[in-house]
Formats: sequence, C-alpha cells, structure tokens
Amino acid sequence: MNKLMLSAAFAALSTGATAQTIGFSQIGSESGWRAAETTVTRQEAEERGIDLRFSDAQQRQENQIAAIRSFVAQGVDAILLAPVVATGWDSVLEEAQEAEIPVVLLDRRVDSSEDLYLTAVGSDLVHEGEVAGQWLADNKPEGECRVVELQGTTGSSPAIDRATGFRNALEGNDEIEIVRSQTGDFTRSGGKEVMESFLQAEGGGDNICALYAHNDDMAIGAIQAIKEAGIDPGDDILIVSIDAVPDIFLAMAEGDANATVELTPNMAGPAFDALEAYMADGTEPEKFIQTESALYTQDDDPMAEYEARKDLGY
Amino acid sequence: MTPRLRRLAPQLLTLIAVIALVTAYFPSFLSVELSDGRLVGSAIDVLKRGAPVALLAVGMTLVIATRGIDLSVGAVMAICGAASAWAITSGYGLAPALAIGLGAGVLCGLWNGLLVAVFGIQPIVATLILMVGGRGIAQMITEGRILTFSHEGFAFFGAGNVLAVPTPIVIWICTGIAFGLLVRRTALGLLIESIGINRPASALAGVNARVLLIAVYVASGLCAAIAGIIVTADIRGADANNVGLWLELDAILAVVIGGTSLLGGRFSIAASLLGALIIQTIDTGILLAGFPSEFNLVIKAGLVVVILVLQSPKLSPQLSRRLKRARGTGAPRDPKEATE
Repeated sequence: MNKLMLSAAFAALSTGATAQTIGFSQIGSESGWRAAETTVTRQEAEERGIDLRFSDAQQRQENQIAAIRSFVAQGVDAILLAPVVATGWDSVLEEAQEAEIPVVLLDRRVDSSEDLYLTAVGSDLVHEGEVAGQWLADNKPEGECRVVELQGTTGSSPAIDRATGFRNALEGNDEIEIVRSQTGDFTRSGGKEVMESFLQAEGGGDNICALYAHNDDMAIGAIQAIKEAGIDPGDDILIVSIDAVPDIFLAMAEGDANATVELTPNMAGPAFDALEAYMADGTEPEKFIQTESALYTQDDDPMAEYEARKDLGY
Repeated sequence: MTPRLRRLAPQLLTLIAVIALVTAYFPSFLSVELSDGRLVGSAIDVLKRGAPVALLAVGMTLVIATRGIDLSVGAVMAICGAASAWAITSGYGLAPALAIGLGAGVLCGLWNGLLVAVFGIQPIVATLILMVGGRGIAQMITEGRILTFSHEGFAFFGAGNVLAVPTPIVIWICTGIAFGLLVRRTALGLLIESIGINRPASALAGVNARVLLIAVYVASGLCAAIAGIIVTADIRGADANNVGLWLELDAILAVVIGGTSLLGGRFSIAASLLGALIIQTIDTGILLAGFPSEFNLVIKAGLVVVILVLQSPKLSPQLSRRLKRARGTGAPRDPKEATE
C-alpha cells in the first residue's frame, strides 16, 4: 500500500515535470556574486521551463524560514535554499520532509542531519586554493619565488579554506615561499592599501614574484597599487586570484592579471539536474555535489569571458 | 610654548611616540624618496591612506562640538562615491560628476541637519537613519555591483599627484586649513562652541542655533562627499557595500583622540587631524610589521586604550604637573583646560 502510494506520488511528480514549480529562498544580494547567482538561477529555470518562485531573505534567517513554510503551503515540487547561517534549520526542514518536498542546499551548508535535505551543491573552497597554488607552481619564473598573499576577511571560511588549499598545493615546493599575508577584507580598497604596504616592505616590490589574492576584487585593487608603483603587474609580479568576476577578465585582457579560479554562480544547474533525476526515477544524488573550480588564464579569450559575464549582475 | 602648541602637545607627542614605535619595527618607515616624479614611502602612504578619516574628522569635529554626532558619514561616502561614479559612467564628464557627488553630500547633510535642528531628534538617532539607509541608497545607485570606470581625470583625485604629492594629501590638508580658517578667523567657531555648551543660553544670547546646527551637518556631509570621491577615484570604481564601512567610528575616534569632548564645546580641527594621522599610522604600522591579520584589531585597540588613558582627565593633569615640576618651570595651568 505504502509502496503503491509512493510510486503514485513519483508518477504524479514526473508527469508534472514539464511545468515544475520550484521555490528558491535566496540569502539576499550582499555581493555581486550573489546577484549573479540569482540571475543564473532564473536563467537556468527558464531554460528548463521551471516556474521559479523567488524569495529574497535580505540576510535574515527568519525570512528564509517563513519563505520555506510558504513554499510548503503552496505545495511546490522542490525547494532550493541558500542558507544565510548554518544552524537552526532542523524544524523547518522536517516540515518540508513531512510534506515530501525535497530541499537542495545551494552554495552554503547547514548543520542539520543529512537526511533532512536531498543534496547540497557548492564549491570546495580548499580545492579553489589548490587550483590557484598549482597554477603558480606550474607557471612561476625560474628559481626562488617570494609570494605575498591578500587574505579574505579574517576568520571567514573562504579566507581560511582558500589559504589552506593554496598551502596544500605548494607543500614540498622549496622554491615558493609565502613571505607576507594580510587581510584585505575582500575589498578593492583593502587590497590596494595592503598591497601598497607589501610593496614598501619588500624593497619597493623588487622582492615579490607573485601575488595570491583570495578574491578578484582585492587583486584588482592590488593591480592598481602595483601599477602606481611603476611595476608591471602580470609580468614583474604574477597575479593569481579566485572568483572569476567580470572585471578580472578585463585586467587579464590588458595583461595585468594572469589567472583566476572560477567560483561558478551556476549552482542551480547541477541542483536542477539532481532534482530531475530524483523525480524521474528516485535516483538519490550524492549528499554533496561539488561544482567545478575552472581555471582561466590570459589564453582563454578573457574579452569573450568578460562579455559573457558582465550582464549577470556581478 | 604658544597656547596653540600647548593645546596640540598631547596629540603631537602621541603621534611621535607611535611613529617611533612603528619605526622600531620597520626602520625605513620615515624614508621618503622621489621616483617617477612622485613621492614614495610609508610615511607618504600614511598621509594618503589617512585622507578619508582625516576629512571625516574635520566635519565630525564641528558636529561633535555642537554636542552632536554624525554616524552617517560612512554611508554618505558610499552614496557620493556611487553618485559620482554613476555620473562618470553615464558620460556626464568630470565637473558634473564632482558636482553631483558633492551635491549628494550636501543633501545628506541637510537631511541630518533638518532632523536634528528642526525636528529635535537626538543626533545619534537622526544620523543612524541615514547610516543604515544610506548604504541601501548607494546600492540602488550601483545596482548592487561595483561600478567600474576608466576616467583619468576623475582617477586623479584618488591616485594622481600635485607637484609629486599624492592628490588626497593635498585635498585633506587644504580642506582642513579652509575649515580651520573659516571657524577660527571668524566668530563661527565660538558660536559653534557656545551651542555645544548650552544651546538654550546661546539661543537667548541671539545665536541662530538652528541654522548653525544645520550648517555643521552640511559641512560634515560635504567632507564625507570629498572622502567618498577620493576613495572611489582611488579604486576606479564605486563599491557601495564597502566604501567607508565603519569609517564613522574611526572618525569619531580621531576626534576623541584629538581631545574634543563628546559633550560638546571646545574643539580643535588640527588636533582631530593629528588624531586621524595617529590612527592611520597605527593601521599602516600593523600592515608593515607583518603580524598575522588576526592581531590587527587587538593591537589597534590596545594602542588606542593606552593613548586615551594617558590623555584622560584623571591622569593627564598629573602627568603634565609632574613633567613641569621636573622641568622646574611651574607654569600656571592653562585656564582653557578648565572648560573640559
């Protein structure tokens, strides 16, 4: 009896697959990347003919909980959740589970039991740092290489993980040494100010062979500081950073930046794919779907990449 | 010692002490050289990076002297930076962009001034409104993204040089002098102080407190606008989320280190500017010393506590008396200090 009902439910879901309704509880629009994620999610939904119900939580968990409850009440087919914090989701996720609505987490994780959500889609921050470190190890000039590092906001998980990954990739490499690390708070002005002090402290920049920035915005600020000091960024000092926002591609096109690791705003694509498979024949996806951390360099037609991204809302 | 020098002595001594401390960690701190027709060196970086807080401190000093406070300056920086960047990217040209940026600052100041002077809302609450809402306004102007532009004329205000000196330094020093002359070469400064000490009494004595109050908030908004334009021009982009974030607190701190009481009354713009330089020297010193970034805020807070305790009303007179006895001058106490 139970089985019969379940298969009936699946049948009902799969027949409705052409016009699915999916609720999306987004954190807000605190950064350009977040805005791009919203844009890309809408695009992906439109391509698949999904009716996306969008709810902006303006950085507040209570708004997200209210949104999920209202999605459950509306009887949506699935819920995408980009959780603003990690804790406090148990009861509302249980409510969704009781209503048999699968929940997919985007970008960030929660502390709740894994049974309470279908899967989580996100990037591996440590891996991003490793890709950046590997690029530097493969592309550094001959001999000793003294690296300066612009860290993200102190204590934030991207700052910790991207620092760890970079060091993982350089382990055992005696020629590369991280000589200075400071936080630039993920901002352009922070990156510029800290880079100026790095240049002062390292013989006017002569002793620096590469810069690793935890995000592109700090790298863009640092590039300006390097230029103003009369040094050639991209040649005299190699620049590698993470995120792949549009402006870093402009810098790459001008030869000022060397490489960036993409934090893709397309978390919804893999999430929709997993949901589709789950609804078609009940395929349980892995509990964590890792997005690709693609590396872009000056050889990857940066101007075309810039054009493709500039209208995503970054 | 002239009275003016005596007024600035604690701040000057503190600045020298902080510079000595940083130089101990980073010996070439004070070395300045000329390369490619511009001055380069850590000390120059301090003067340049200190520009936003120094400018905010000028306006903040006047506001605090009236027993007010302006929490909105960071958000006003974001609004004005965003507005002028928007004007540049929309192709309005340099002069209109500057006018729009400065005009936005004046409007923000008018808004604060009206709330405080006309509606009688407490300054901390009145300016809190714009502090919270202002960043939202800036984000609406930039549509939540970093508005990037490439306009050499506009970038000059952040990254250019005037006779080998970085433009931001020239701007904040000129602004400081202009405001200093305006309030000290006229009776304005005295009137502002009188409002801060006793507004009803000064109103009875014929001071137009309402207009003056609005004027000081407009001055604060104007200073914030200049600071916002400098930061925006410096990074060639308007970053509404981060421009001026928490800078209102650094500006208040600069004024307090400068010895102006939060209870209003006597003020000194020069001392506030020294306060801003002290803060920036600490910030830059921490970066140069190469400590891990976890230590930044703790070190800054520790140094600020030491500075404030040394200047505190309980400790400072004792210290100066002991100093004077050691020198054997025994000069009478400055009567002006008694008003604190």
